[in-house]
Amino acid sequence: MTDPAIPADGAPAPLRRSPLHDATSTAGAAFTDFGGWDMPLRYGSDLAEHHAVRQAAGLFDISHMAEFGVSGPQAAEFLDAALAADVSAIAVSRAKYTMILAEDGGVIDDLIVYRNAESEYLVVANAGNHDAVAQALLQRLQGFDATLADATDALALVAVQGPLARQILHATPGLEHDDAKAMGHTLDSLPYYAIMGAVFAGRPLLIARTGYTGEDGFELYVDAATAPLLWSALLEAGTPLGLLPAGLAARDTLRLEAGMPLYGHELSRDIQPAQAGLGRIAPPASKTADFVGRAAVESGPAEGARVLVGLAAEGRRAGRAGYAVLAPESDGGAPVGEITSGALSPTLGHPIALAFVDPAVAAVGQALDLDVRGSRIPARVVALPFYTRKK
Amino acid sequence: MSELQYTAEHEWIAVDGDVATIGITAYAADKLGDVVYVDLPAAGSALTAGAVVGEIESTKSVGELFAPSDGEVVEANQAVIDDPSLVNSDPTGDGWMIRVRFTALPTLLSAEEYAALTAE
Repeated sequence: MTDPAIPADGAPAPLRRSPLHDATSTAGAAFTDFGGWDMPLRYGSDLAEHHAVRQAAGLFDISHMAEFGVSGPQAAEFLDAALAADVSAIAVSRAKYTMILAEDGGVIDDLIVYRNAESEYLVVANAGNHDAVAQALLQRLQGFDATLADATDALALVAVQGPLARQILHATPGLEHDDAKAMGHTLDSLPYYAIMGAVFAGRPLLIARTGYTGEDGFELYVDAATAPLLWSALLEAGTPLGLLPAGLAARDTLRLEAGMPLYGHELSRDIQPAQAGLGRIAPPASKTADFVGRAAVESGPAEGARVLVGLAAEGRRAGRAGYAVLAPESDGGAPVGEITSGALSPTLGHPIALAFVDPAVAAVGQALDLDVRGSRIPARVVALPFYTRKK
Repeated sequence: MSELQYTAEHEWIAVDGDVATIGITAYAADKLGDVVYVDLPAAGSALTAGAVVGEIESTKSVGELFAPSDGEVVEANQAVIDDPSLVNSDPTGDGWMIRVRFTALPTLLSAEEYAALTAE
């Protein structure tokens, strides 16, 4: 059988477009290929967008994210068996950050699972892992009385992130959020990692207090057709307060400062959650149900497996993904790890990096060198996250 | 100074006698994003045509500055080292990189030819 997405001449499939493509293009976006989608990279200055999120707010189109609806009498049991989280213990209107693992404990993807009703969940995955997650979920669904629906095309996802995010939602014309659909929450009382229903322009949407920037903020799930109108309303409400549309470049430096892993960098099939500092959620202490990968993560990664650390350096030259981490020359100077993400931190003003290093050199305070294109840049292991917002 | 000429490596060159002023184009600056660090060779450094002589780092990536010809660095732009955002705000003006005393320049692109090269 021929995959219709791949032309016969072997040319790559065309990039997919967000329902907000026209709106973000009008806002001045430069686009980039991310997980097979043509998504906003930056609108003007990625540094200005980064600072806007830390100081006011940023508006992100993240409609490339994959969404799967799971419902039915055994939805909780199915997801308990399929994912690392104690899914049946998630209260209605709450969310958990978790992972879907392979049998060997490697990470297929990291996910957010929302419980929208007693037997209704929303599973949000990375765009680049859409097919792998869909396939694994479908396979693991066998034998459960539950339904899996791919909502990726039907839903747009807009993130409003920053200290003024809540104020901006309050000021957004046409956004009604204090009715029966709110699942007992209000915009002001919505806890971190919780979700509520709301209405915009007569259409239902979901407002989650989640994000990937290290700031307070919200993620809004809305049908594709309504998304452009919502985008405009959020821009209109937020612009006077300092909100900027922000792209994936700023999103990446924001999440890096917050010490959040990015699949394909800090997480992969070859990494067990414990190596990335996520052992406490895979499995969570409370979880009794078996799940795919449980035996492997309980026996743990191989002896001596590298572990994820934060590194900070002085000056302005950043170590980048793929660069070697070296022992100091006084300790022999040998390679002891590799950077997975790195940048000059816009907020902190010095280079930061996430890296997998040998456990022997992973303690906070350890001096290490970064091999920056042939130059040794001295660095130090620091506690994560690099940046924590003031509560 | 003459009008700007270009290389396929997205550098612009302005020739004045045997001295060339070199920078990166607006197209290159846009592709890099906000430039946060510029590393340039010191005055007096000898250059070899085609060699990497400097680095231009943005938050997202690293660009390289190539020597368009053999020669010697007359001056590196201290202003752009101190304030790398000049590369984005004025790439062909205050964001220049180095001045080079050259022996012979290669064939360069005209503005029209360079525009054709970067047309999407």
